[in-house]
Amino acid sequence: MMRRNKTVLLSVPYILWMVAFTLIPLGVVGYYALTDPDTGAFTWGNLQALGTYLPVFGESIAYSVVSALICLVLGYPVAYFIAQRGPVAQKLLYMLVMLPMCMSFLLRTLAWVALLQDTGIINQILQALGIGQMKLIRTPGAVVLGMVYNYLPYMILPLYAILVKMDNRLIEAAEDLGCTPVQTFLRVILPLSMPGIVSGITMVFVPAVSTFYISQKLGGADTVLIGDVIERLFKQGDNANLGAALSLLLMVLVLVCTGLMNRLTGSDGEDVVVV
Amino acid sequence: MKRIMAIFLAALVALCAAGCTQASGTSDGRITLNVYNWGQYISDGSDGCLDVIAAFEEAYPNIKVNYTTYDSNEVMYTKLAGGGITVDVIFPSDYMVARMIDEGLLLELNFDNIPNYQYVDDAFKNTAYDPENRYSVPYTWGTVGIIYNTKYVDEEDVTGWELLWNEKYDDKILMFDNSRDAFGIAELLLGYSLNTTDPQQLQACAELLAQQKPLVQQYVMDQIFDLMENEEAWIAPYYAGDYLVMAEENEALEFYLPESQGFNLFIDAMCIPTCCQEKEAAELFINFLCDPEIAGGNMEWIAYSTPISAAKEYMPEEMVESEVAYPSDELLAMGSSFDYLPGSVSRYMESLFLEVRIR
Repeated sequence: MMRRNKTVLLSVPYILWMVAFTLIPLGVVGYYALTDPDTGAFTWGNLQALGTYLPVFGESIAYSVVSALICLVLGYPVAYFIAQRGPVAQKLLYMLVMLPMCMSFLLRTLAWVALLQDTGIINQILQALGIGQMKLIRTPGAVVLGMVYNYLPYMILPLYAILVKMDNRLIEAAEDLGCTPVQTFLRVILPLSMPGIVSGITMVFVPAVSTFYISQKLGGADTVLIGDVIERLFKQGDNANLGAALSLLLMVLVLVCTGLMNRLTGSDGEDVVVV
Repeated sequence: MKRIMAIFLAALVALCAAGCTQASGTSDGRITLNVYNWGQYISDGSDGCLDVIAAFEEAYPNIKVNYTTYDSNEVMYTKLAGGGITVDVIFPSDYMVARMIDEGLLLELNFDNIPNYQYVDDAFKNTAYDPENRYSVPYTWGTVGIIYNTKYVDEEDVTGWELLWNEKYDDKILMFDNSRDAFGIAELLLGYSLNTTDPQQLQACAELLAQQKPLVQQYVMDQIFDLMENEEAWIAPYYAGDYLVMAEENEALEFYLPESQGFNLFIDAMCIPTCCQEKEAAELFINFLCDPEIAGGNMEWIAYSTPISAAKEYMPEEMVESEVAYPSDELLAMGSSFDYLPGSVSRYMESLFLEVRIR
């Protein structure tokens, strides 16, 4: 009994934090979503207007799913490679993965603009080589590139955390019992690393789906993601109410997506590693 | 456990103490004046020009200026209307001054503290947005026209606002990233008033902007400087003063005012919002910017047109004689200004613009 009281006491600061900075603000968002920008009276109008923006939600989800999958394909071998190194090399490689994150996110994205734009570095080199200009920036590909580049560490780190804990004897056993390398991977390593995959995808998908800066800088005039719309409504649209309604819908969609993924992969979320 | 707790608490107290002394910020006894202005809109001492803020702080050693920027009237308005911040001086455009007066967001100025108001030309007094000159002092004025690069754009295509809809220049056209300026151009092309509140006319404008969208490289505000100077884009509507700055970096840039279709003529003013904490210091700052010598030095850098004729004496001759900065009276007569639109109309315009953008 004593023990229990003590643990409750320890959780009080976090509960207070949650109430002050998560629950109350969520209530405020809900309040805004259900009031009229002019009169402040109760209205369903903001929620009814959401229909117009459904294609934007679809586009945002498509971009972030594609980015998360590319991150997985690129990140998995890297994480596996790091996990198989000796302790010193592991620390060093881990640092290397983290290193880009020490630089401001805005700067990293702006650097891509300087590289990709029509008069940018890559195109200048291409022209000097006589290949001619290529359309690099303001394409869907550039947006995906920006997302993958910025969020790849979020994929590698949870994968690494799972893979490094994997018992190598299991792999040896699989090989001793006659598994081919492909079978060993598909039937032993992959299932064991599933929690890392799920948390990796979640950690790339969630920030990517709500991003606004990457699409503004690297996307064309027709790439407007839901984060851009929400930012605009709050910052200069003078319509925080519609912005709040969109934010709520985005939150629900993100919860549904991650819940769905946990279901499909059979992970109940308990093993999910959050770095 | 207790010891760890004690250390933790001690650390917290120390942090708080450090934070508090920093937060007050007046440890050197100076007043902080929060100035919130458009980007690239005060001379910062580069290119051998006057450093206005440094000069002000030198003239008033007990005032420290905290300078921040915004890139459209709407961004500034939304931030102020949201509350919770302290701003002492702002620089809204004409229609925004009217809106903020109407919504009670501006303080009346005490002109005893702004003796330099006498230098402001009469043409910029008793304006439609502030008929009794109670809330604002004009800072600059100018026109909105088309900036284009003569290396890539044929002179014969430069016939009017439709240049921004010319398919020949696909992906090389920039467009305003704020609804009022963007809709203004569509309104001029369709022959509507710049201040229409008719939903059908606004929808027609949105339709026109949607037709333009496939040709638009990006919707931008101050990023336009880089994009036009580097020739990443070739055609863009923007403010005359900013053209003069760009033209110094890239001589191929030209400015065009579609006189027959009309254009926006604007005045940007200095005002004190209700969230002001240091009204007298704010008035001293406004007064300082109206001093002809300071105004002249300031305009030399920002290149917008000055409402203070006495300041021209302190400006480079080519700037005073520039027809872009100071068009003839006949040309100016073709321009029209933005009036204040009710919140519901500007919100409707914004939602139409957003729908164009996500289409």
